[in-house]
Amino acid sequence: MTRTGNRTDGSSPHVADRLRGPGWRCAVPLLLCALNPELVLAAPQAATAQPATTTALAMFAAFVAATLVITYWAARRTRTTRDFYAAGGRITGLQNGLAIAGDYMSAASFLGISGLVFATGFDGLLYSIGFLVGWPIILFLLAERLRNLGKYTFADAVSYRLQALPIRSLAASGTLAVVLLYLIAQMVGAGQLIQVLFGLPYATAVMLVGVLMVMYVIFGGMLATTWVQIIKAVLLLTGATFMALAVMAKVGFSLESLFSQAIAAHPEGNAIMAPGGLVSDPVSAISLGLALMFGTAGLPHILMRFFTVKDAREARRSVFFATGFIGYFYILTFVIGFGAILLVGTNPAFLDAQGGLRGGSNMAAVHLAKAVGGDVFLGFISAVAFATILAVVSGLTLAGASALSHDLYASVFRHGRTSDVEEILVSRVATLALGVLAILLGIVFEKQNVAYMVGLAFAIAASVNFPVLLLAMYWRGLTTRGATVGGFAGLAAAVLCMLLGPTIWVEVLGNERAIFPYKHPALFSMLVSFAVTWLFSRVDRGAQARAEAALFDAQYVRAQTGLGAETARGH
Amino acid sequence: MHEPHRAIHRHPLFKELEIRRGRHSWLLTGLVLVAYFAFILTVAFAPHWLAIPIREGSSISWGIPIGLLLIVLSFVLTGVYVHRSNVVFDPLTRRLLEVARDDPDRE
Repeated sequence: MTRTGNRTDGSSPHVADRLRGPGWRCAVPLLLCALNPELVLAAPQAATAQPATTTALAMFAAFVAATLVITYWAARRTRTTRDFYAAGGRITGLQNGLAIAGDYMSAASFLGISGLVFATGFDGLLYSIGFLVGWPIILFLLAERLRNLGKYTFADAVSYRLQALPIRSLAASGTLAVVLLYLIAQMVGAGQLIQVLFGLPYATAVMLVGVLMVMYVIFGGMLATTWVQIIKAVLLLTGATFMALAVMAKVGFSLESLFSQAIAAHPEGNAIMAPGGLVSDPVSAISLGLALMFGTAGLPHILMRFFTVKDAREARRSVFFATGFIGYFYILTFVIGFGAILLVGTNPAFLDAQGGLRGGSNMAAVHLAKAVGGDVFLGFISAVAFATILAVVSGLTLAGASALSHDLYASVFRHGRTSDVEEILVSRVATLALGVLAILLGIVFEKQNVAYMVGLAFAIAASVNFPVLLLAMYWRGLTTRGATVGGFAGLAAAVLCMLLGPTIWVEVLGNERAIFPYKHPALFSMLVSFAVTWLFSRVDRGAQARAEAALFDAQYVRAQTGLGAETARGH
Repeated sequence: MHEPHRAIHRHPLFKELEIRRGRHSWLLTGLVLVAYFAFILTVAFAPHWLAIPIREGSSISWGIPIGLLLIVLSFVLTGVYVHRSNVVFDPLTRRLLEVARDDPDRE
């Protein structure tokens, strides 16, 4: 395996040991990438790039054309900041649920988790579950209060009673760190995937993704981004449903038969039906669990979606639908992964000379598409994978641009004294800058190991954005000083633990031993964040702190009842 | 802007909403946390439990239905929350806002 793969191999020999046998050898890098919360696409082998099929190109062209029409339509409806950041608050709960699911079901989730199931069986399910269980928590604790308190970004909710300048600086730092890390990982994954699927050169693929995402966001704002996300979610769910049904049809709709045939076909045999060392020691297990669960609750591009609906009731319905779609999707990827064991792993047409999967370890679902639906369906799934990447990076870019224009420019530098026209202009410039930066970083990081980046993004989201947001809503004693010092301490802890841990210190920088022994920092960085926030809030006894505490009741009533909340029309 | 907030905050209906919804939210949160971390700790400490077949001779291990159950449970609990909010807490909130608007000085 090239690039990304090899450097990570040394860290978990027992995992690598499990993956013997020709068809599965190639899956090792993906598996190790997958130790980070969101699966980052492992580097496929450039040598096996297949020429673009006409069907794939035609379907992709149709998708791009449709999204550009939507962008044009959305551009004519995007005039105010409320339109630009929050689609005017006119998205319904069902639409938003689909869009949230679209944000969450990235190409890495689809190809990565099905590839992980293909390689290891049951272990793939562990990740699916971790990704899903954050959603009920978001619903029970955050969604409605966030909608009632905020306007466009989660920083609006936090700075309701705390001082704008430090709080928004913190929120913008957290947001930009998460967005940039996530963007780089997605861009690199996108370039490599498109290289394999369509035979496009890496840099061209990255630029194409960058240009399209910038166009969606600049012209169509949140409205276009949401609809791109919805279309993609429907396409992806349809394609995955078809594949799962085709797999079940091959085994006579019997789970018993699916699993027994998979056990017979997989070199690991029975071991694919049980956990196999992906999560071995309890500290790592809990830390990973926390990052998956609470990282989701701190992702800025997800939190931003709650402001696109009319009120708290619709925000609540969004999460209900999103959880349903995401859960359903993960069950499908599980069936698809097992189906690939039967139908792809045993078919020499899908294996390369060394016996690995052609095109790399993430290609299990793509090959399965060909196995069950021929070239036309393969084209469809390839186009959907590309569409998925486009939609996810657009959402990320919009979240990053909002942090720059709404949190930093309008609130911190101009103290809220900007016009709609000015703020949207700044937001568009920020989008363009982020787009250029994403393309450049995507090209710079082409041959780097980026697998840790999404893991770090989740750790930061769980240690900066989530604690600040939760405490601002639930704890009267939280002060500006506590939130700021605690938030930055959490950020520093997450970055330091990751930097000195096995993933970066050993695998990327090539040192002998990790200074911080665990791969997943969330348990420690969240503790640091909460503890420092608490301590600095408790010792903060100034007049400002008393004034902030006095505002808590008003905030609390608004959070609980929606009295005075931003409505669809704005104020 | 602060007066109506104060009136609502003092209102007994608000206390009721706060306590009942809080209990409901934290109960459901606790359920998800316990179920998920019980599962994760089983994976970490006793993975062989999850390898036991669901019945003699079956290729399906207990891990599969338990894993799927966690996914389904997450969805069902969000449904429970939404349903209860719609039928209990939304009407309560509406009543509270109406009372507070009509009679802001009530102690």
